[in-house]
This record gives sequence, structure tokens and C-alpha cells, in this order.
Amino acid sequence: MQHKRVIFQGRVLPYFLVLPQLIVTLVFFIWPASQALYQSVLLEDAFGLSTEFVWFENFEDLFADPSYLNSFKTTVVFSLGVTTLSMIAALVLAAMADRVVRGATAYKTLLIWPYAVAPAVAGVLWWFIFNPTIGVFAYALRQLGYDWNHFLSGSDAMILVIIAASWKQVSYNFLFFLAGMQAIPKSLIEAAAIDGAGPVKRFWTIIFPLLSPTTFFLLVVNVVYAFFETFGIVHATTSGGPAQATNILVFKVYNDGFIGLDLGGSAAQSVILMLIVIALTVVQFRYIERKVQY
Amino acid sequence: MIENRPIVTLVTHIVLLLGVAAVAFPIWLAFVASTYPVDGLVSGVLPLWPGDQFWINYGSALTGGVEAAGSPPVLLMMMNSLVMALAIAVGKIAISIISAYAIVYFSFPFRATAFWIIFMTLMLPVEVRILPTYEVVANLGMLDSYAGLAIPLIASATATFLFRQFFLTIPDELLEAARVDGAGALRFFFDVVLPLSRTNVAALFVILFIYGWNQYLWPLLVTTDESYYTIVMGIQRMVAVPDSEPLWHLIMATAILAMIPPVFVVIAMQRLFVKGLVETEK
Repeated sequence: MQHKRVIFQGRVLPYFLVLPQLIVTLVFFIWPASQALYQSVLLEDAFGLSTEFVWFENFEDLFADPSYLNSFKTTVVFSLGVTTLSMIAALVLAAMADRVVRGATAYKTLLIWPYAVAPAVAGVLWWFIFNPTIGVFAYALRQLGYDWNHFLSGSDAMILVIIAASWKQVSYNFLFFLAGMQAIPKSLIEAAAIDGAGPVKRFWTIIFPLLSPTTFFLLVVNVVYAFFETFGIVHATTSGGPAQATNILVFKVYNDGFIGLDLGGSAAQSVILMLIVIALTVVQFRYIERKVQY
Repeated sequence: MIENRPIVTLVTHIVLLLGVAAVAFPIWLAFVASTYPVDGLVSGVLPLWPGDQFWINYGSALTGGVEAAGSPPVLLMMMNSLVMALAIAVGKIAISIISAYAIVYFSFPFRATAFWIIFMTLMLPVEVRILPTYEVVANLGMLDSYAGLAIPLIASATATFLFRQFFLTIPDELLEAARVDGAGALRFFFDVVLPLSRTNVAALFVILFIYGWNQYLWPLLVTTDESYYTIVMGIQRMVAVPDSEPLWHLIMATAILAMIPPVFVVIAMQRLFVKGLVETEK
């Protein structure tokens, strides 16, 4: 661990300084996380009267449960959809914004503000626009001959939450792609232009390969976003329905724990989610170490 | 611009304008919807131009009259959101900056242990440990209180990390000079470190304010008393009214009001916002 060459001497003061954060961390992070670990190996009866130590039975039950496996699949589809849609849209917009000379700042301002909209609010907005009875898009789709109804059709509901989640995430990806592009030395691009490479060729042979660290970083961040920060979108709109078509993992943990009161099962799901977060964090840190050399 | 190609430039601007339109369109529709009377929306299709009920709808959303829609007055919810967002932003910055200071500028037993305990929280978003965290807060009697809304969310490894990285770049000569002049640890903190951290604190504040304002799951769990509802979760209560069509004109007015503070912060403090975003993700 890195350290200063000159430091203060103090016996009591440093403890006072770290204490507030340590207390909050222990009470609201470490303790609940260890509780989740502990409960995940217990089986409690419906009235909470007796508990039994059951090793990994809760986990075995989970992976034998078709609705959990379905939730896994749903989450994968959802995060693939969100990541692809929001990254491609952001990449196109950033490539364009990197080209313009006039009005670049104005475009930037107009594209980044959805970051500030709460996921739940974004969900409600799109929920309204696609509302089968009064929504504008649902009406337009009906005119085109498609009967949109996210209350009945699982795939419609999935498309709805993917659009809402991506709409909010585009601004974030846009900022990072644009920063990545602006960090590419102009001389490289000018040299390619002198050699006769057009804008499209320059993008694919120079800009896109040099952006790969940014792209990889955003890939991880977007997966984390789709996995964990989209609870509000699903809860405020589809509530996992219809017929569990949008029942993503974070929503299921909440639903099984608070509505279904299946403590052991919910705790086991929490543990699996923690493992996923830890794995993603490790991947991200590995990447940061490599970025230093690059 | 490398070369002069008017057509490519034109296409560039068209694509960007389409992007801006796609981003703004849902908000425009929400705004339009919030300016119509209730029966202007349920019958048929939404118009694309605002109606004449702007003052009436926003007035009734802000000061009451939303009981039919299933939530307390929006003004109250906005106040709650503001208290929560400010408490989270200020609290996080305060506890992180002092713990980072201790970790960088002191040598004490268990320093590394403290660092790793704090570091672990980076990996555990509230969504994955909701049930046990809820139990802790319930046992402490913090349900339905501002403390319960804010305190469990103020521990953050990200902020501590950011301050630690920044403190490590402060030249050692400053500390040597301060010690020659007889300054103690607290004096050095308030007179040198804190002023130097000003931009970092401001950038972090912007990000954390948005983070706090947009909290959804946590307020949903810990508040059952309407007087502690925050606006983002209040909207969900309005959408999920049982047995009746939601009052879309009031919901959209509330959604617009819920967006204004964080969006304003992003636009007004764009440079700090970008700085904060880039630095917290490092």
C-alpha cells in the first residue's frame, strides 16, 4: 500500500478519523452481507419458529428451480440488449460529435442530461409512451399493423424495459466514447487522411481499434448497470411480468425476499449476486492495471 | 476537421440532431401530457402540442390534490428527496475525506485492515443485500426517518478511494513546510488539504447529489409513512393505483418535477459533472 514519505505522529486522532466510515461500513455493509451468507445456508419454516442448518440446499433448490433459471436467462437477454443498444447508439453519436467543429458543446449538453433522470422515472416515461390505450408509440405501431401490448406480450414488455434502460445509459457511454476519441492524437488521423483514407475507413482502421480500452471498460460498466441498477425500471413498470418475462435477478431477490418471504432462498440469491459483482469488479480492476501500460 | 466534405458534415449534423431528438422526445411527450386535463388523455391518442392546463396541473400536483393519485403532495416529496440527496452527498464526502486523510497521512496499527474493510464496500451495491440491510435498519428503529433514508447509503469506498488517490498527489514539501511552521494534523487538514481538494469535492458532490436524489429501492423499503416518501418512489405509488386508470396528467407533471433538480445540476455544472463521472469510475 502506497504511503507518504512524511507523515503525522498520532495515537488517537487517526482512529477518530476512520471511525465514522468504519462504523457505517460494518453496520450497514459487512454485517448484512455476512447475514446473507449465514442465512443462505439455513432453512426457516414458514412461521420463523425454527431454523435448520442445511448446507447448500438453498443453492441446490435455486438451480433446480425453473423460475430462477428463467430469471437468469431473462437477465442475460436484458443486459445483452441494453449493452448493445446503448453502446452502439453512443458510439455513433460520439463519432459524429467528434467530427463537428461548430456546436460541439451544445450537442454534448443536449445528449448527456438523461444521465440525471432516475431509472424509475425513465421507466415510467416509456411505460406511458408505449401504453396500449393512450401511448403515442403504441398508436403508431397499430397504424403500422403491429398490435403492441406489454401487458400481455412478454417480448413487448422486454423490449420496453430494454429501451427505457438504454435511453438512460446512452449519455454515459457517449461521454466516455467522446473522451476516448478526443484522446487519440490528431496526427494519426491526419496521416491516414493524407494517405487517402476516407472518414469511414479511418474510423474502422484507426479510431475504433484505439478505442478498445474504452469499449472494454464500458462493456463491464454497462453489464453492471443492467444487472444491478435497473431495478427501478422493472419495478415501476412491468413488475417482472407478464408471466415473469422481465423478472431480472435483482427484481427476483426483492420479490422472493419481501413479497414471498422466502428468507433462505432470497439470501442464497443475494450471495450469487455478490459473487457476480465481485467477479465483475475483479475484471474491471485487471483492466485498469493494463490501462496503465497502454 | 481533416478535409472539407460538405455532405459528410451535413450527415453528421443530421445524425446528431436525430440523436438529440430521440433523447428529448420522451420528455417532450411527458411535458405535453402534463398540460392536459385528465379526460384529454384517456380518450384516444395523445396530442403532440401542449394544452392549456399547465398551471392547474402543476399547482395541484405541487400542493396537494394528488391524494386521488395515491401519493402525498409533490412539494413534500421534493423536500424529502432534497434532504435525502443532500444528506447522502454531504455525509459521504465528510466521512470519506477524513478517513482517506487518516489512511494517507498517518501510520497506525490496523491501517491496512481499515483500508480493506472500506474497500470491500465497493463490491456490494445495496440491491444485492437488501433483506439483511433492511433488518439491521429495522432493528435500529430507523424506519420512517431521514436517518434511515440516508445513513445506510453514505458509506462509499469510491469517494474514499478518490480522495486517497488525490492526497497521494499532494507534494510532500507542503507538509514539511507546514510542520516547520508548527501546524498540527488538523490545522494542515483544514488549511491546506481541504482547500486543495475543492474541485474534487465539488465534482463528487454533483455525482452524489444525483445518486441520492435518484434512489428508489431503498426509500421504497424503509418508508411506509407518507410524510417520508421521496419523489422518485412516489411516482411508482401513483402508477400502481389499484382498480383505476392512473392519473397520467398528474404523474407526468410529477415526473417532470422529479427530473428538474438533477437535470439542472448536470447542465449548470457540466464540467464538474464530467470530471466527477470520469474520476469516480477510475
